[in-house]
Amino acid sequence: MSLWLLRRVGQAVLVMLLMTVIVFVGLNAIGNPVDILIGEDLNQAERVQAIARLGLDQPLWQQYITFLNGATHGHLGKSFVHHEDALQLILQRLPATFELAFSALLMAIVIGVPLGLFAGLYPDHFASRLMMTGSIVGFSLPSFWVALMLIMLFSVHLGWLPASGRGATREWLGIQWSWLTLDGWQHLLLPALNLALFKISLVLRLTRAGVREILPQDFVKFARAKGLSPLRVTLMHVLRNTLIPLVTVLGLELGSTIAYAVVTESIFAWPGAGKLILDSINTLDRPVVVAYLMVVVVIFVSLNLLVDVLYRLLDPRVRLEGAQ
Amino acid sequence: MIRVESLWQRGVLDFLRSPMAIVGLLILAVIVLAALFAPWITPQNPYDLMQLDVLDARLAPGATSGEGHYTYWLGTDGQGRDLYSAIVYGLRISLLVGVGSALIAAVIGTLVGLVSAYAGGWVDALLMRLVDLLLSFPGILMALMILAWLGKGVGNVVLTLVVLEWAYYARTARGQALVESRREYVEAARGQGISRWRILVGHILPNCLPPLIVIGALQIARAITLEATLSFLGLGVPITEPSLGLLIANGFQFMLGDEYWISVFPGLALLLTIVAINLVGDRLRDVLNPRLQR
Amino acid sequence: MKALENAVLPATLEVRNLCTSFHTRDGILPAVRDVSLRLQPGRILGLVGESGSGKSVTGFSILGLVDAPGRISGGEILFQGRDLVKLRPAQLRQLQGNRIAMIFQDPMMTLNPVLRIDTQMIEAVRAHNPMSQREARQHACDTLASMGIASPEERLRAYPHQLSGGMRQRVAIAIALLHRPDLIIADEPTTALDVTIQAQILGEVQKLVREQGTALIWITHDLSVVAGLADDVAVMYAGRIVEQGRVDDVLDRPLHPYTQGLIDSLPSRNQRGQRLRQIPGMAPDLRSMPPGCAFAERCSRVSSACIEQPQPLEIEPGRSVRCFHPGVAHGE
Repeated sequence: MSLWLLRRVGQAVLVMLLMTVIVFVGLNAIGNPVDILIGEDLNQAERVQAIARLGLDQPLWQQYITFLNGATHGHLGKSFVHHEDALQLILQRLPATFELAFSALLMAIVIGVPLGLFAGLYPDHFASRLMMTGSIVGFSLPSFWVALMLIMLFSVHLGWLPASGRGATREWLGIQWSWLTLDGWQHLLLPALNLALFKISLVLRLTRAGVREILPQDFVKFARAKGLSPLRVTLMHVLRNTLIPLVTVLGLELGSTIAYAVVTESIFAWPGAGKLILDSINTLDRPVVVAYLMVVVVIFVSLNLLVDVLYRLLDPRVRLEGAQ
Repeated sequence: MIRVESLWQRGVLDFLRSPMAIVGLLILAVIVLAALFAPWITPQNPYDLMQLDVLDARLAPGATSGEGHYTYWLGTDGQGRDLYSAIVYGLRISLLVGVGSALIAAVIGTLVGLVSAYAGGWVDALLMRLVDLLLSFPGILMALMILAWLGKGVGNVVLTLVVLEWAYYARTARGQALVESRREYVEAARGQGISRWRILVGHILPNCLPPLIVIGALQIARAITLEATLSFLGLGVPITEPSLGLLIANGFQFMLGDEYWISVFPGLALLLTIVAINLVGDRLRDVLNPRLQR
Repeated sequence: MKALENAVLPATLEVRNLCTSFHTRDGILPAVRDVSLRLQPGRILGLVGESGSGKSVTGFSILGLVDAPGRISGGEILFQGRDLVKLRPAQLRQLQGNRIAMIFQDPMMTLNPVLRIDTQMIEAVRAHNPMSQREARQHACDTLASMGIASPEERLRAYPHQLSGGMRQRVAIAIALLHRPDLIIADEPTTALDVTIQAQILGEVQKLVREQGTALIWITHDLSVVAGLADDVAVMYAGRIVEQGRVDDVLDRPLHPYTQGLIDSLPSRNQRGQRLRQIPGMAPDLRSMPPGCAFAERCSRVSSACIEQPQPLEIEPGRSVRCFHPGVAHGE
C-alpha cells in the first residue's frame, strides 16, 4: 500500500509540475509577461525595479526556476486591482467557496442517494419514473437561470431568505465559517441549493444505475437465501456495494462543484474564490488569474489523489491485492 | 419463429416506445423549425438596432408597440426588444453554437481517437493521457481561462467549446475502435489483405457511430448550456446580438423590480430546448447501449 | 421393505405440479412445468439436466427466490406439510437459511466481495438466533472447525477473494449448515471447482448429510456425480421431469430415451477407439416449444403418439417416466 502511495504522490507532483510549465509557457506566449504581471500604471523607474525583482530580465529557463521558486513560496504576483498578494487574496476567499461546495455536495447526497435507492429497487413504480424524468429536467436546468428563479421565489416574493451575500461568521480552526451561525445558514441555503440541483440529479441517476447493477447479482440472492431481513439486505449488501464506486465519483464531483460555484457565487454575490476570478477576468487582473490557475491545479490533483486513496481503502479487493 | 428485423428498424421502434422521447423529439422539431424560419415568424429583427424603440423598453407582456404595429406578446427587454423575437433569434444562436461546436468537435475528436487506436504504442498513451487530463478539469473553468486569454465573441466561444468537447469523442472513438478491431470480421478483412486504414474507416468507423451519436446528442445540450452560461457571465456573444444567456443576464437587474418576464421567458425557452435534447439523447443512449439489448 | 420406507416416514419435501414461468417482453417462458418430487429426511436426490432444463429454477422456486419477471404460477411445495407457495414473505424468511438452506454454484459471486467472512456468517447466525456478536462469531468458528477447516479464525477475518475456490465453497456450505437445516438445496456447487476438490467436497457433504439426517437436493448436469452421491435421481428436460427413481434403478435400466442418451454420452461408458456418443439435435428454445413431447425431435423412438404430452407413468412406487415408449433399447 505504501509503495503504491509513494508512486501515486510522485505522479501527482509530476502533474503539478507539468501544469506550472504549461502556465509559464502560456504566460510568455500570450503576451509580454511584463505587461501581464506588472501592469501598465507604473512609471519607468518602477517598471525597471519590478522587472528586476521578478527576474524578467533573465534568460527564460532561469525565469522558470524563479517562477517555480516563487510559486512554492506563495509569491505569484500582486493583484493590479487590490494591490495585495494575489495568492493571499485567493486563499482568503477559498473557505467561503469550500463552504458552498461542501454544503451543496452534502445536500446532493442526502437527497439523491435515498431517492436513487428507491428508484433502483422499484424501477417501475410511478414515483420512480417521475424521478427519472425529473432528474433529466434537473440536469438540463441551466444553473444560472435556476438561481434567478430561486431568488425571485424565495427572496422577492416570499421574502424568506436573503438574496445575496454571506451571513455572519464564527471562527473555527483559525478560519471564519458561516455555517456555524444561523444567519450564515440563511444565506447559505439558496446558493447551496442552486449548486446542488444538478448534483442531485446526477447522484440520483448514478445511485439508481448502481443499485440496478448490483441487485441481480448472486450475492444478493444468497443474502436473501440466508433469511436476512429485506432491510439488512438492502442496506448492508445492496447499498454498501453501490456506494463504493459512488463515493469516488462524488469525490471527483466535489472538484467540479467548486468550479461551477463560479456562476452561483457571481449571482448570489457570494464572496468566494469563484467570484474573485470572474471579476479578475473582467478587469484583466492577470496575476490573480494566474494564481487562481495554480491553486485550482493543486486542488484538483490533490482531490484526485485523495479519491484514489479513498477507493483503495473502501474496496478490499483493490487494497489487498498487493499484500497477498 | 423469431422475428427478424433490421437493426435500424428495431432501434427506431425501441426509441419510439418511450413517450418522453417522442415529446422531446416533437419539441425539438418545433424549435428547429422556429429557428430556421425566424425572420418569417417574428415581427421584428432584434439585432437590427434601427428597429428597436427605446421608449418601448420594459413593457409588460401583451402591450402594444409605440406605433401600434404589433403586440409584444412576451413583453420587451431593457433595450426595447420584442422578447418573442429576441427569444427566437436567440434560439438560433444557441442551436448554431451548440450543434456547430458539437459537429466540429466530433470530427476532430473521432479522428484523433481513431488515429490513436490505429497507431497504438506511445502515441496512443500520450494522446489518451492528454484526453484524461482535459476531461478531469471542469469545463467551465477551462472555458473561463481560454476566454480570459482570447477575449469575447461567438467565434471564440465556439472555439472554446470545441476544445472542451473533442476529448469525449476521442476517448469513445478510440475505445470503440479497439473493441471492434478485436472482432472477427476485422481479422477476416485483414486476412484478405485490406489495408488497416481502409478497415478503420470502412468497417470500424460505422460501428463506432452509435455511442458517438449518443455522446453527440448530450454534448449539444451541454454546449448550449455552456454558451448560455458564458454569455450570462458576459464572456460570450456581443451585447448587440444577445443570445438567450445574455437576455437572461440583462433581465437580472429588473427582477427585483417585478419585471420578471425579461429573465423568465428566455430561461424557459432555454430550459425547454435543453430538456428536449436530453430526453432524446437519454433515450438514444438506452436504445443504442448494447448491454441493454437482448 | 422399500414400500415401507416410503410410507412410514413423513416426507421432508413434497413438490406437486410446480409451474414457474418468466413473463418477459418476448413472451411467457415456461421454465418449470408440472414438476413433482418427493424427498424423505436423510435422502439425497440428484436433479439432473442440461442448462436451460429448469433444474436451477426448480431449486430457486422451492426456496422462494425466483426473481421478477419470473414467478411461481401453479402447484404446491409442501415442506414438512406446509405449503411454501402460500406463505407470506415474513413467514418464508423464517425458514430460509434456517430450516431450508441453499448452496449456490459460484462462491465467488455468492459471497459479498466487500464484506469479511465473519460479517457474512454472523449475520446469517443472528438472523434466526438472537445471540450477541461474540457468541455468533464463536458459533461460526465452531461450524467451520466441525467441517474440518483448519485455522478457522484466520478464515473468518479474511475477505472472499483471499480464499481459494474450494475454501470459499466450504464456507458457503458452512453457512448453509449453521442452523442445522432439514433440507439443503445445492445448485451445482462443485461445477466451478477442480476435480480433486470436487471429490473431497462430495465426500464431506455426504458425510454431513448422513450424520445430521438432512435431506439434500443436488442439482447438476453431471450424471457421474449423481451416480456416486445420490440415493434417488430425477432427470429434467425442457422444464419437465422425464424420469425419476432410485439411482441404481435409473442408471442400470433407464426408461426414457433422454436418460439413455445421457448415460451413453458419458466418456467413461465408451470403449477406446469408439466415437463418443451424442444426443443429436439441441434442447428446444423456451420461447418456441413444440406441443407434445419436447424430446420428440431428437428421439429415436418417436412415433405418431408423441404429438401428445406424455404424463408421468408410474412403473413402481417412486419410479416414474414420461414417455410413450419407455424402456425400449435403441439402436439394436
